[in-house]
Amino acid sequence: MSIPLAIYGLVAVCAAAMVITRTIAVHALVYMVATLLALACVFDTLGAPFAAALEVIVYAGAIMVLFVFVVMMVNLGRPDQEREKSWLTVGTWIVPALLALILLCTLLFGASHVTADPMPMAAGGPIGPQAVGLRLYGPYLLTVELSSFLLLAGLVSAFHIGRRIGERQE
Amino acid sequence: MAALLPLIILCPLAVAVILLLSRGTMPARATCGLVGVGMGLCALFGVIEAVTFLNGPDSTGALHVVLWHWIHVGGFDTSFALTLDRLSLVMMLVVSCIGFLILVYACSYMRDDPDIARFFVYMNLFVASMLLLVLSSDMIAVYFGWEGVGVCSYLLIGFWYHETPNANAARKAFVVTRIGDALFLVALLLLATGVGSLDFNAVIQAAPHAPHAAITLATLLLLGGAVAKSAQLPLQTWLPDAMAGPTPVSALIHAATMVTAGVYLIARLHAVFLLTPGVMLLCAVIGFVTILFAAGSALVQTDIKRVLAYSTMSQLGYMYMALGCGAWQGAMFHLVTHAFFKALLFMAAGSIILRVHHEQDIFKMGGLRQEMPGVFWAFIAGSAALAGLPLITAGYFSKEMILTSAYNVAPLFWLGGILGAFLTSIYIFRCVFITFWGEARTHAHGRTGIVQAVPLAILGVLAIIGGWMEVPDSLGSVHIFSNLLSPVLGELPEEHGGAVLLLIGSIVPLIGVSLAWMLWKPTGRAPEALDQPLVRVLRADWGFDALYDVVFVRPYLALGRLNRNDFIDRLYDLLASVTQFFGRAFGLMQTGQVRRYAAWIAVGTVLALCLAV
Amino acid sequence: MNPGDPIAAIAIASILFVIGLLGVMVRRNLLFMLISVEIMLNAAALAFIAAGARWHAADGQVMFLMIIAYAAAEAAVGLAIVLRMHAAGRGTLDADTGNRLKG
Repeated sequence: MSIPLAIYGLVAVCAAAMVITRTIAVHALVYMVATLLALACVFDTLGAPFAAALEVIVYAGAIMVLFVFVVMMVNLGRPDQEREKSWLTVGTWIVPALLALILLCTLLFGASHVTADPMPMAAGGPIGPQAVGLRLYGPYLLTVELSSFLLLAGLVSAFHIGRRIGERQE
Repeated sequence: MAALLPLIILCPLAVAVILLLSRGTMPARATCGLVGVGMGLCALFGVIEAVTFLNGPDSTGALHVVLWHWIHVGGFDTSFALTLDRLSLVMMLVVSCIGFLILVYACSYMRDDPDIARFFVYMNLFVASMLLLVLSSDMIAVYFGWEGVGVCSYLLIGFWYHETPNANAARKAFVVTRIGDALFLVALLLLATGVGSLDFNAVIQAAPHAPHAAITLATLLLLGGAVAKSAQLPLQTWLPDAMAGPTPVSALIHAATMVTAGVYLIARLHAVFLLTPGVMLLCAVIGFVTILFAAGSALVQTDIKRVLAYSTMSQLGYMYMALGCGAWQGAMFHLVTHAFFKALLFMAAGSIILRVHHEQDIFKMGGLRQEMPGVFWAFIAGSAALAGLPLITAGYFSKEMILTSAYNVAPLFWLGGILGAFLTSIYIFRCVFITFWGEARTHAHGRTGIVQAVPLAILGVLAIIGGWMEVPDSLGSVHIFSNLLSPVLGELPEEHGGAVLLLIGSIVPLIGVSLAWMLWKPTGRAPEALDQPLVRVLRADWGFDALYDVVFVRPYLALGRLNRNDFIDRLYDLLASVTQFFGRAFGLMQTGQVRRYAAWIAVGTVLALCLAV
Repeated sequence: MNPGDPIAAIAIASILFVIGLLGVMVRRNLLFMLISVEIMLNAAALAFIAAGARWHAADGQVMFLMIIAYAAAEAAVGLAIVLRMHAAGRGTLDADTGNRLKG
């Protein structure tokens, strides 16, 4: 394992751990952005500069801003922080943590098991946007179309759900 | 003229569709006009087609019209095609021309019925199906027509379905003929798998090379189908009850056309049947037994239509005996003459019934000779033909043709046929004497209209002179009919004993008529005689209805009663309740809390990964 | 590139995934659950990128793009639901109160 990857990975994991333990939403979001940036670095280390750029621009840039907007609109304040604290008791953590631990062990075991053989052709340099684009609009054309449908569906349903915000039903 | 052939079928079909779509809103006169034009065109096209075909270059072959390719799957190939050869030509003329006459008659007969449009929908559909059955060159299409005429028969027997007995009779006819239809279908499947085609020519050509057992089984099953359709023993019980339908229906379906479909089918496939002598013998025996059985029953009936129904059965027995003896021409000839005189008899009976207030019991008629002379003469002509009075009637020549062939195969068959002829002449003239002589027990009203009279007259003439197209060698040797059919059915075999047999065959009906005159003419013999045990058995269809009731119907009903609570259904109920139980149990897991669901998904993921890794 | 990198990246992806799952299971606030889901999605994306690097194929990044599209759609719908809940007077965004589909 290379040193940069270890550092970026550590940052990502720690930031993610901070995200799920915060009681204030904006703090969680800032840690989330940190996670995403660390992940972008991981991507770059793995030879995927295009993915890294998109991670920063789309994920950290666009989607997180969406979250920030929502946090602003729902206006979570001091009482909410108190309530979050009261929800995060030790009792609620035990069973999920145990479950997560088992899952982690299984995953790590599986990962070590599968990738035991040596790399056949890893030393080929980074994979640039051109290669991705050629694949994307070649064999994956149908998938791209389906994704566009998915986005359209997301758009329509988000519009439908949010249509009557501010009006009480009945 | 290939273009005309589909039109023969399409004319009645179009009339049926138009009447169906008009939903009975058309006035009765317009309905009759439409039916007359449609069937008239059908008959006209039929005659034109027949004339052009017989004068055409290939008059001994077949005219083949492929309408469209129907089924093409695997090695099995079927076209929807029509074939006109001399055999189907005869049948087509019988169906279209006699059908036309009967439908014209029916216009008058059904004039006052509110459901006349529905009646003619069924009738025209029937004619179209029957023509399809007769003209198609492929047995799948034949089956189509076969089922079509079966359904129309069911619908028409139960035409006055408001009365329970009629509906029951219709159901009985449907169920009994369905047995035959099932056998027929199995035969078709056997032939399709054994021969690879259901085209008549292909079957006939391939049959000698196919496994003998399969062909035997197929012909046996075909015979079964034909027997059910033609009301031969042991599937005859439906025909007498089928008289519940309107009389033109009885004339068209249960005398002239549908019941002879089986005869046509066997004649069409005679080359295949020749390969299986055992089945042919069985066919002859069935015919032989049915002749005597039905004639015996007809002797004691009191309902005029039931007398005719049993006589139809008996006459069909002659045809089956002829088929079994290999006298294909004889069977077809008798089919044609029988269509003439039996349609005539039914229509005359219908006219009588109309005039005497829908009374069908002959013992309640009597003395009708003076009141309806026209109908009387028509009925006499039909009866004479049925009894086979010598020289002057069509029935005589066709019956003698069959009897001579039967004698050359087995004298026993001839003896049975002669005995049948004797009984026939007795029972039909018993009916004549009781109905038209003696004191009047009822009063006839109204007049028989011209629309009824003309078909009666035409058929009456045909019933008399129709036989002269085939006169045996001893009497002048005319062979128009057998020469017409010999390209399809083969040459007539050399036959012996013609003159003596003819003499006996001429005398026996005369004796029968005289006997009937002595027994029933003076008094009309009171119905008390009907109480004797033997007569009761005969009247009750020789106990067949009772037998089937005990053997089939009762056990079936008992089975149904046993299974009233439907234990198989209980089994499924158990399945349902088990499912319900598990549904409730698993429903407890549905807490509605997203976080729990996520946890369960995690558990599932762990398990799946554990299995995969 | 170090041959051990993809294995390490898969390990990181596993850890991130589990953290995200833990967040979904523990948090009651719908907004935090959504953020946790985003972490899980990123873990999956990382796994794809790692696999792409392992085989030196562009397909991994193609799948990453698909995941971004999916995440965008999911975030849009999820946040719309959050806003709706808030507008409907359930300002605490407590996911456990939405249990009317209980079996």
